[in-house]
Amino acid sequence: MGINNIWVFAQVTNGAPTSGSLELLTKAHSMGATVSVWVAGDGAAVAGVLGEFGASKVFAVSYGSNLAGVAVASAMKASIDDGQAPDLVMFPQSYEGRDVMARLSVKVERTVLTNNVEIVADGESVTVTTPIFGGNTLVATTFTGGAPYLAAFRPKSFVPESVGGAAAEVVVVNVPDLGATGAAQVIAVHVEETTGPKLDEANIVVSGGRGLGESVKFEMIESLAKLLKGAPGASRAIVDAGWVPYSYQVGQTGKVVKPTVYIACGISGATQHMVGMKGSKNIIAINKDKEAPIFGIADLGIVGDLHKVLPKLIEALQGL
Amino acid sequence: MGCAKWVLVRKNRAMNVIVCVKQIPDPANPGALDASSNTLKREGKLILDESDSYGVEMALQLVDAAGGGEVSLVSMAPNSETSGLRTALAMGAAKAVLVSDPALLGSDALTTAKILAAAINRLGGADLIIAATESSDGYTGTVPEQIAEVLGLPSVTFAKKVSVEGGMLKVNRQTEDGYDEVTCPLPALISVTAGVVEPRYPSFKGIMAAKSKPVDEVTAADLGVTPVGWAGAGQKVSSITQAEARAAGEVIEDDGESFAKIVTFLEGLKVI
Repeated sequence: MGINNIWVFAQVTNGAPTSGSLELLTKAHSMGATVSVWVAGDGAAVAGVLGEFGASKVFAVSYGSNLAGVAVASAMKASIDDGQAPDLVMFPQSYEGRDVMARLSVKVERTVLTNNVEIVADGESVTVTTPIFGGNTLVATTFTGGAPYLAAFRPKSFVPESVGGAAAEVVVVNVPDLGATGAAQVIAVHVEETTGPKLDEANIVVSGGRGLGESVKFEMIESLAKLLKGAPGASRAIVDAGWVPYSYQVGQTGKVVKPTVYIACGISGATQHMVGMKGSKNIIAINKDKEAPIFGIADLGIVGDLHKVLPKLIEALQGL
Repeated sequence: MGCAKWVLVRKNRAMNVIVCVKQIPDPANPGALDASSNTLKREGKLILDESDSYGVEMALQLVDAAGGGEVSLVSMAPNSETSGLRTALAMGAAKAVLVSDPALLGSDALTTAKILAAAINRLGGADLIIAATESSDGYTGTVPEQIAEVLGLPSVTFAKKVSVEGGMLKVNRQTEDGYDEVTCPLPALISVTAGVVEPRYPSFKGIMAAKSKPVDEVTAADLGVTPVGWAGAGQKVSSITQAEARAAGEVIEDDGESFAKIVTFLEGLKVI
């Protein structure tokens, strides 16, 4: 016995599995189990890459205009009832991943453990690790309720690696009758146009916080990010204030980034923010408050007024 | 499960909304773990989770737009704590069900969802149930969708824009690369992102009125949910360790030339 059969829910965005999904697939494959991947939508388009990273089978749920969460969870439950129960189901900590996991947890009466960065299987015992208090403390939690174990992982917890596998076998799964739970329908899909590298993939991230003072000053962050061929990011405070879209948010409730250089401008370093960026290889912080927690993790800290420092920095970089 | 209650047809435009709110230790203070229970220390005064203030505001606005109805609250907290609830009542919510029970210590997300779902049923259900996407202290982030499943309701999570027209919800739902427009008939559950609306500050009149608004305090047994707490949790904490601390580097005061330091630093990393 042991963990022999793992399901991974893969988030597919713009026709490709997210890197976070491939990370989970890599980890699952390294645990020596047979790995099947569940996707919402077209399986054939992703069977190649999923197979390359270790999947032997792709369950593709044709969910139509339903929300993916309830549709995939119901299809998973039907498969479990059909005698195909896995020992472990791994989810990326994404919007759809969280929805699928939550619905499935009630359907199979199993607990969920989320925000994990590591998983260890010892026989049938499975333990996951979650950082808390801004990542200063690591809590290891062992599932006790019996398989299937449901665990969600933060992006960048593992390194995706191709295992050179052949294309995965695609099994198209129809959505069971969802009853009232299927009443929500997607009537239009909007993709926000972005230029430059993606926030969670950029080599350099320049983030702004409340210290900017007003929303129009975020232009400085965008200029600096563009000059450095990086991506602009933001603290939760200015996202909540409506200065920039949610997709800019770095932190616990936003994106996890691990760039070569992270430049925090006018960000004090709330726990919520630090969780999302403390894995950066190099951190530069500019803040007028020398007691700001961000200086505790910065490789280079500038105690000063960002409204004076940034324009000079931008000018200097333009001159290079 | 509570499905049967939902077939009641609304007779008028009035809309009743239940908001799930969490009362948490002030995030301004560093969190700590209780060494004996391995749970977050939650003694002393708790406050309304800021994440939930958006849901409360959204509920008040929707009821206002519907032209009638009321906002109720459900919460699970230790030590009969009501200070966070009073804040939401002061904002304008009418009443609350508080589940407070020492047996709930150590409850996992699934048990929490069952408790809150039972509290919602105790209020007779609602047209709409609102929660935050996740709490600011525990942030498991699955409870709203779990509540919807327990109640057999449709749900739209990560709502960043919400309106109700003719008994139909219209939601802009956050996605990885943009947003989806979603419609959903009531009753339903939504989880709202922070910043979706601007939460009002309680007025003095509101604060005074909140003191006498009804808070129905119940135990897990009153709600008929068992087992709860560690006994019902499908998990146990096996170890707690300190992560390797990241050392601070050089911190300098800006003398007007510190930008050059940054340039040199970036050059050293060969990124420019």
